[in-house]
Amino acid sequence: MTRAISLTINGKHYEHDVEPRLLLIHYLREVAGLTGSHMGCETSLCGACTVELDGKAIKSCTMFAVQANGANIVTIEGLASPEGKLHPMQEAFWNEHALQCGFCTPGMIMVSKQIVERNPSPTDTEIREGLDGNICRCTGYQHIVNAVRTAAKAGA
Amino acid sequence: MATTVTNIEKLVGKRIRRKEDPRLITGTATYVEDIKLPGMHHAVIVRSPHGAANIKGVDISKAAALPGVAAVFTGADITGVGSVVCGADLPGLRKPVHHILAQSRVYYVGHPVAVVVATDRYIAADGADLVEVDYEVTQAVTDPEKALAEGAPAVHPEWPDNKAFVFLQKGGDMEKAFADAEVVVKQRITSQRLVPNAMETRGVVADWLQAEHSLTLFTSTQIPHLARTILAGQLGIDENRVRVVAPEVGGGFGSKLNVYAEEALMGFISRKIGKPVKWIESRRENFLVTIHGRGHVDYFEIAAKRDGTILGLKLKLIQDLGAYHQLLTPAIPTLSVLMMPGLYNFRNIDAEVIGTFTNCVPTDAYRGAGRPEATHGIERMVDLLAAELNMDPAVIRFKNFVQPDQFPFPTATGLNYDSGDYGATLQKALDTIGYDDLRKQQAAARLEGRLMGIGISTYGELCAFGPSPATPAGGWESATVRVEPSGKVTIHTGTSPHGQGQETSFAQLAADELGVSMDDIVVLHGDTSVIPYGIGTFGSRNTAVGGPALFYALQDIKEKVKKFGKMLLKSENVVFENGKCTCQVSGKEVTFQTIAGAAYRAMQLPPDTDPGLVATKFWEPSNFAFPFGAHIIVSEVDRETGQIEIKRYVAVDDIGNQLNPLLVEGQVHGGAAQGLGQALWEHGIYDDNGQLMTGEFMDYAMPRASMMPWVECSHTTTPSPVNPLGVKGVGEAGTIGSTPAMVNSVMDALMPLGIRHLDMPLTPEKVWKAINGAA
Amino acid sequence: MIANAFEYTAPQSLDEALGLIAGGAKPLSGGMSLIPMMKLRLAAPEHLVDLARLKELNYIREENGELHIGAAVTHYEVESSPLLLGKCPLLAETAAHIGDIQVRNMGTLGGSVAHADPASDYPAALQALEAGIVLRSAGGARTVSAKDFFIDTFTTALEPGEIVSEIVVPVEPGLTGTSYQKCKHQASGFAVVGIAVRARRENGVVSLIRVGVTGLSGSSYRAENVEAALQGVEPTGEAIRAAAGLVAHSVDASADMQASSEYRKHLASVYTAKAIHAALSRSA
Repeated sequence: MTRAISLTINGKHYEHDVEPRLLLIHYLREVAGLTGSHMGCETSLCGACTVELDGKAIKSCTMFAVQANGANIVTIEGLASPEGKLHPMQEAFWNEHALQCGFCTPGMIMVSKQIVERNPSPTDTEIREGLDGNICRCTGYQHIVNAVRTAAKAGA
Repeated sequence: MATTVTNIEKLVGKRIRRKEDPRLITGTATYVEDIKLPGMHHAVIVRSPHGAANIKGVDISKAAALPGVAAVFTGADITGVGSVVCGADLPGLRKPVHHILAQSRVYYVGHPVAVVVATDRYIAADGADLVEVDYEVTQAVTDPEKALAEGAPAVHPEWPDNKAFVFLQKGGDMEKAFADAEVVVKQRITSQRLVPNAMETRGVVADWLQAEHSLTLFTSTQIPHLARTILAGQLGIDENRVRVVAPEVGGGFGSKLNVYAEEALMGFISRKIGKPVKWIESRRENFLVTIHGRGHVDYFEIAAKRDGTILGLKLKLIQDLGAYHQLLTPAIPTLSVLMMPGLYNFRNIDAEVIGTFTNCVPTDAYRGAGRPEATHGIERMVDLLAAELNMDPAVIRFKNFVQPDQFPFPTATGLNYDSGDYGATLQKALDTIGYDDLRKQQAAARLEGRLMGIGISTYGELCAFGPSPATPAGGWESATVRVEPSGKVTIHTGTSPHGQGQETSFAQLAADELGVSMDDIVVLHGDTSVIPYGIGTFGSRNTAVGGPALFYALQDIKEKVKKFGKMLLKSENVVFENGKCTCQVSGKEVTFQTIAGAAYRAMQLPPDTDPGLVATKFWEPSNFAFPFGAHIIVSEVDRETGQIEIKRYVAVDDIGNQLNPLLVEGQVHGGAAQGLGQALWEHGIYDDNGQLMTGEFMDYAMPRASMMPWVECSHTTTPSPVNPLGVKGVGEAGTIGSTPAMVNSVMDALMPLGIRHLDMPLTPEKVWKAINGAA
Repeated sequence: MIANAFEYTAPQSLDEALGLIAGGAKPLSGGMSLIPMMKLRLAAPEHLVDLARLKELNYIREENGELHIGAAVTHYEVESSPLLLGKCPLLAETAAHIGDIQVRNMGTLGGSVAHADPASDYPAALQALEAGIVLRSAGGARTVSAKDFFIDTFTTALEPGEIVSEIVVPVEPGLTGTSYQKCKHQASGFAVVGIAVRARRENGVVSLIRVGVTGLSGSSYRAENVEAALQGVEPTGEAIRAAAGLVAHSVDASADMQASSEYRKHLASVYTAKAIHAALSRSA
């Protein structure tokens, strides 16, 4: 049995009938065709699937699409301006070499954006604690911390 | 922070932000899971919940009846498909036949038993739940030392001693070394199983085209060409009709230096059902069935003079192989033997490796592959020796280092170290961290009863794999430089980078050599239908083997460009620099772009010159390259809880010349995180029944941002003479250097309590128990 | 990683939700515990009723000297609520220790409390705060104390058809100091042990002390023996150490790969002492 949902993703309106058990991450990736958010684990511990839902960073692998009915979602694809101007956090990740394989990166950028929104001048310790829901196996996090700090200074 | 790019200035050696990144930071890169083909089906695999069991029966009827399920396959269906390939060989090696689906028996938890294919992945998951397998559980054995004990359950009933091989290597005269020794220190040291945990799990999309008799296979791999050769063989398809594509690959660390059962299985399924099929590994599966790393129990004995001169090192190495050999499983511990002398000048070694089957997933190459275990061993033994002799750990290292005038240095294990100044690197690390002052601080801390430790690791590693005789499938690499008629440049590399950044560093190299903008260069990789045969990415070889291949291909291009330049400028006195051929007599110039156009229009050709501007080079290294470094970690142990705080981490690495120091730093940081992970947190623990107790991120402690210290990175530079770029390789250096530095630091902290050694990971409880045991 | 199929309802009112739950449906709040279990097929509810967006469960307010917190309030809202930061900082401090930013944005106070994971953070604070937990069903509401609510691993005083609808905490005079000290599991981030202390020092002696413990055993509890040892006593380092040493007395401590029961008990005493020191230092 399916249920009708309607929501806004990156400023665009979507309406679909979905199975209640469809995870939001699968809805975003397979129904809405937005494959930037990734599934890195099943246990809500890696953060690769992080998107913004009504202004809050959440793990889209631990939410059913039906729960997002009526929500306003921003994914990594929605951060840059329509003309392609990167969000300052994206720019900072690029400049600071805060990514290698890139798989965790969309989630990292989405949670970093939230860290700086809530704390415009975070200490390194606060940045690291803020990143604790996201695993990166490549970078050792140091360049990610640099990126978040730099973006915060730039007023991201 | 990266510098911005302007042309003409040389780019090699600069911190340039990556060309790869725009697609990755905008979520528009394409990983295997992002691929969707018309009519694509989804596969979910039914796996053994038991470490060892006989399969009495498999009932697929309920699964097959589920609407949406297209097919269910079991071990009985896969006749004709070749088994999983092990590319390594050793004298007397026992190779169990490793079918892509279990036949009558399962050997480890996660062993694939059946596969359900459906129109939708949710239905496939429902179908997999409906497959009923009747198991007769038998006794498993998961600890390699228990597996070697008399009367242990046989993993493979045909080999009741559980030994896959015994490998011996001797160098020098060990009897004399031990006879001459004034002190011998012995220690059992383990290197626990680690789970590589690339953030992208494995995944495959297979697409069989019946009319063409061809298979396209997208797979998250580090070795697309080797995968193609192996899969063509397993599936009985002509190699030139198999196309393997490694699209964006989300990390590998050796775990994707393999060709797994699922890759052939998806090819088989697509051919059977006549539709594309996708399989995406869950994280749980990744823990259970993708290779693990390490898995050593090592018994070391080091012989020395009282003045600290090391005379020899003995090693008995019990390698936990798991139930099967994956691509390189048996070869990995032999790399440990090769690197067992570390950076030291002694010439006597004696090693025995016992490859042991267990009811666990196979071990294989994980970042460092054999060398972290060796380095941890020798660096721990040197520290234990220093403690025994009451010597400073830095002093004993200086005393035993191979000296700069000894290169090339032939080791007791048959290697030939290329270049180095080990003392200079250690000295730089000591100066950076303020070693003498730290020892004074430590003395004061000890008077207060605080447990402060200073740990040194001076590591060496062999990388840039490698000369072909030492690498099962060949150790060369290929590069093609294709200059288009517009003068834009397309580079094909046979390496298969997946985060290392060669789309950038190779473009830097080519931009410098050809005098074109980096923006005019595209680096392609990972598609066997586009790229000439290559070996792939592992063993820190992209830059050190793929780089020289590219360098020489660029030289061929430059030669040809000069020929056209001479023709167009009607002069023999022409140089090619900064993207222009210039006549040194007339001063007239012709640009690279004009020459490219002329080479394709071919209105006129230089003597003995063909049209076009393309060069391909296969480059074979004459030796490995041997990076080295010194890592020092300052830590403090909380006496009350055993918790460890890392106070400082200084890493001085010598990886030869650097194409892009920003990328080098990233490799060191990431390597350090994985090395600290082994030292402090990570452990793949099997219980006696074969259950992986740390089989999820809930239980397996991955390094997280708040757990990592700030790594203070710097370098010394000793170019490698092995290749024209003078590069050595950095992919694994951080992992190899960090682990023993961390453990030595904690052991140094605990030394006043008389604690000699603890095995990794140094969990708070383990440390606390040791402190209490000592008290 | 794919849940079994189920039916889903987003009710318009609490009454509608309670009616469905009375009929056997399972409440879904933030889903931070339930959804991972469903994905691993360790839980397979047939019908989920989504409580998260019910206005009737989303509030933090002060009334008659009590703080009332609706069950659907998220951990982030608890952590950042000016009212709680001012009048019940222990709950806010505890919420900030839960999971990570994303989990705190979704996970709810009521969901966490009802799930009663023995390694979750809130129970320690609720025990120390002597909080009331309001349980509501289609038939009405009742309030039970934290002490009586948490029974065992995933086991609470909730009866079939009941949900946790509200947490009630008495507002205290400013004299009281509180602290939550947690030893975090290196992999999961859950509490290996978590100790919440609410204490007051007057005239040089401890005039009030409440110690809530989580992580140590199958259920959170009040360490009344620790409290008794310090009540009316001058809180010297030695007195605190001795009292904290009682925290795990006669407790059947849990064991896992992160900590054996012996080590866990030891950690509990260390973190109890830390929490008592910190709470007293914050006592006016």
